[in-house]
Amino acid sequence: MSSVREEGKDKIIFVTKEDHEIPSSADLIEEDPDDPYEEKGLILPNGEINWNCPCLGGMASGPCGTEFKDAFSCFHYSKEEVKGSDCLEQFGVMQECLQKYPEIYPQEDDSSSSQTSQDSAPAEPPSPNRAPGNEQDSETTTPNKESSEES
Amino acid sequence: MLKCNTVCKRFAPLVRASSTVCRQNVRRAGLNNVRTPTCVPVARMSTEPLGGGGDNLKYALLVGAAFVGSLTYAVVTLKGDHQRSVKRMEDISTRLQKSTLHIQSAPPVWFSAPSALSKPKPEAAPSAEQSSPPPEAAAPDAETTGKPSAADSTSPSHKLPSHTPYLLIGGGTASFAAARSIRARDPGAKVLIVTDEPDLPYMRPPLSKELWFSDDPSVTETLRFKQWNGKERSIYFQPPSFYINPEDLDSAENGGVAVLTSKKVVHMDVRGNKVKLDDDTEISYDKCLIATGGIPRSLQVLERSGEEVMKRTTLFRKIEDFKSLDKVSRSVNSITIIGGGFLGSELACALGRKSTESGLEVVQMFPEKGNMGKVLPEYLSNWTTEKVKKEGVKIISEALVKSVACKDDKLEIQLKDGRLVRTDHIVAAVGLEPNVDLAKSAGLEVDSDFGGYRVNAELQARSNIWVAGDAACFYDIRLGRRRVEHHDHAVVSGRLAGENMTGASKPYWHQSMFWSDLGPDVGYEAIGIVDSSLPTVGVFAKATAKDTPKAATEKSGTGIRSESETEDTATSPVASATPAPAVEHKDDYGKGVIFYLRDKVVVGIILWNVFNRMPIARKIIKDGEEHADLNEVAKLFNIHED
Repeated sequence: MSSVREEGKDKIIFVTKEDHEIPSSADLIEEDPDDPYEEKGLILPNGEINWNCPCLGGMASGPCGTEFKDAFSCFHYSKEEVKGSDCLEQFGVMQECLQKYPEIYPQEDDSSSSQTSQDSAPAEPPSPNRAPGNEQDSETTTPNKESSEES
Repeated sequence: MLKCNTVCKRFAPLVRASSTVCRQNVRRAGLNNVRTPTCVPVARMSTEPLGGGGDNLKYALLVGAAFVGSLTYAVVTLKGDHQRSVKRMEDISTRLQKSTLHIQSAPPVWFSAPSALSKPKPEAAPSAEQSSPPPEAAAPDAETTGKPSAADSTSPSHKLPSHTPYLLIGGGTASFAAARSIRARDPGAKVLIVTDEPDLPYMRPPLSKELWFSDDPSVTETLRFKQWNGKERSIYFQPPSFYINPEDLDSAENGGVAVLTSKKVVHMDVRGNKVKLDDDTEISYDKCLIATGGIPRSLQVLERSGEEVMKRTTLFRKIEDFKSLDKVSRSVNSITIIGGGFLGSELACALGRKSTESGLEVVQMFPEKGNMGKVLPEYLSNWTTEKVKKEGVKIISEALVKSVACKDDKLEIQLKDGRLVRTDHIVAAVGLEPNVDLAKSAGLEVDSDFGGYRVNAELQARSNIWVAGDAACFYDIRLGRRRVEHHDHAVVSGRLAGENMTGASKPYWHQSMFWSDLGPDVGYEAIGIVDSSLPTVGVFAKATAKDTPKAATEKSGTGIRSESETEDTATSPVASATPAPAVEHKDDYGKGVIFYLRDKVVVGIILWNVFNRMPIARKIIKDGEEHADLNEVAKLFNIHED
């Protein structure tokens, strides 16, 4: 059973695990997927790529941003059976660019083409909430980490 | 709005193009005005016939005189017009860049200008013309950048771009986030960051936390720290190779982010869309972000106490402050931190931890009753203070500083209640003064309640000017007008400003969060308005009988189960008296959720030692609903799980 205490304007409730096992009766408003104000995931509702998605880890805004955008756009719109097989040139150009900036794009990952999920856009930027790692953009290796978890 | 987003994206370049067309038309008109007057008189002269004969002579003379008179008049008037139009052209030109009469000489001169022009410049003209985004930047750049170099080849500014499409004033977190956002959304964007610090953009939180816990003795040089996930990184957002040189910004084919360090923007001309730096360089812009952050507040008593005291005082904010405090902490015996908020408490804990090895005395004093007294409800603030004490910090609460003096190389802090504290060094962590230096010259509104530049829900101060980060007093649709001084807010608002600078027109909606660590036992994340003056409801995981030595006996079945049940029933209804054996567990605020209410609506939430639940908290605040039973809401957080 929970215990309740009041200290002036502050209320303090102690609850046991059992107390909280009963499902919550609190109502949350249903999310509107078309809400214009909400942060969008990787793919916008109109099908386009959200280049500003924190999940991209800043790939679209770095020194190789243009090359990355070319390669990834090609991949995204590719209608080939093996998706992206017609984009080898763009990926090659991008890879060349990435190698020019080893400090920014550490080459420990297999391939930048395996970045970002094709399946679903993360609704919320997946954030390691604590610490400045929250600033996803600054962690360029994060998207690689995520993709390796998914693949 | 999404359609709008893409539409805007498509229209933005068009808008930009049309504005350049306008500008070019104006210039062309100016040029035409210059040329036409010189043609006309010539034409007129050649078409006028000359007369002949006696009467005819008189007549001819009369006509001649009239002609000459009218010609003179015409020439004089046209000369006047010519001068006026020339002046007008000058005005227009100077408005575009920092040039003078010299601009009137044909532009081609600058393309072939001598070695004074740095190598990129001759390339700049053709390549700038090739790249589509800022065509308007091409001509003025070619013209004007030549001028400063010819005039002043010694100052480093002679290579700087005199115009940039995106100008970000301030080189901190908000600015960097905006640069990222702009680059992601505007292909090939050229972004210039101007900062008065000598450093590239870096993150602030580790300066009062992680960097102090590093085992690396060279941490003050490397500025690297270990993240919560074990990976090491630098406090700099990106290494220097990420950025391009300011002088290469114009010619960069795919654009980039350039950082101009150690330069302060001292004047802003909103009408002319340009700023002036402290070395008199002028830079014009299309879109400007003000992300100037703030400077640490000082105490009047410290300012009045003289140089000897100020020499032994640190106002902590920047990398250089971290370096100097680290040095000081190794050489003195006692450091006193004035201030009981985030920065003060974090520094106290960080230094306190070090004190176990070095024997450094760490004192923390503040006017409130406990640490984080303005943030946490009293019971929690008291509990936290005890934890901070365990980190090795001497806490002096309810302390108001009356005067500070320097005697025999030691600082003497006299408190209003008579207590005296003798220490070697003071760290003042008493708040931040938002930097609104440009408000006057720019004619921007400053908020009288919260300080900072007043901006709307879309972070816009005026057309083409946005403000983000610590310096922005903005309208939060959900929570009202506020100014937030946290790292994640700088990221969120910087991103949003960048989006809006590239045509998004989105209001502040994604609520930013913040966090703090005070020693190994206390870590929390928070979101929204977390003000201890608001009524709060805290729901904590009760340390059950399972967590006590009793549990061992219960498990083995030799049980005193009934005892635990009776314990429970005895405590269930609201009771101020709690059974003695369980008291220590009762007051252990190990894990929980605290709701801050305003008019019965949750406006702020603290996740106390529970992590990875921020999205739920964000949702609750976004909904802005009145919940009858907050315990039910607390269930959504699953506080008993890890």
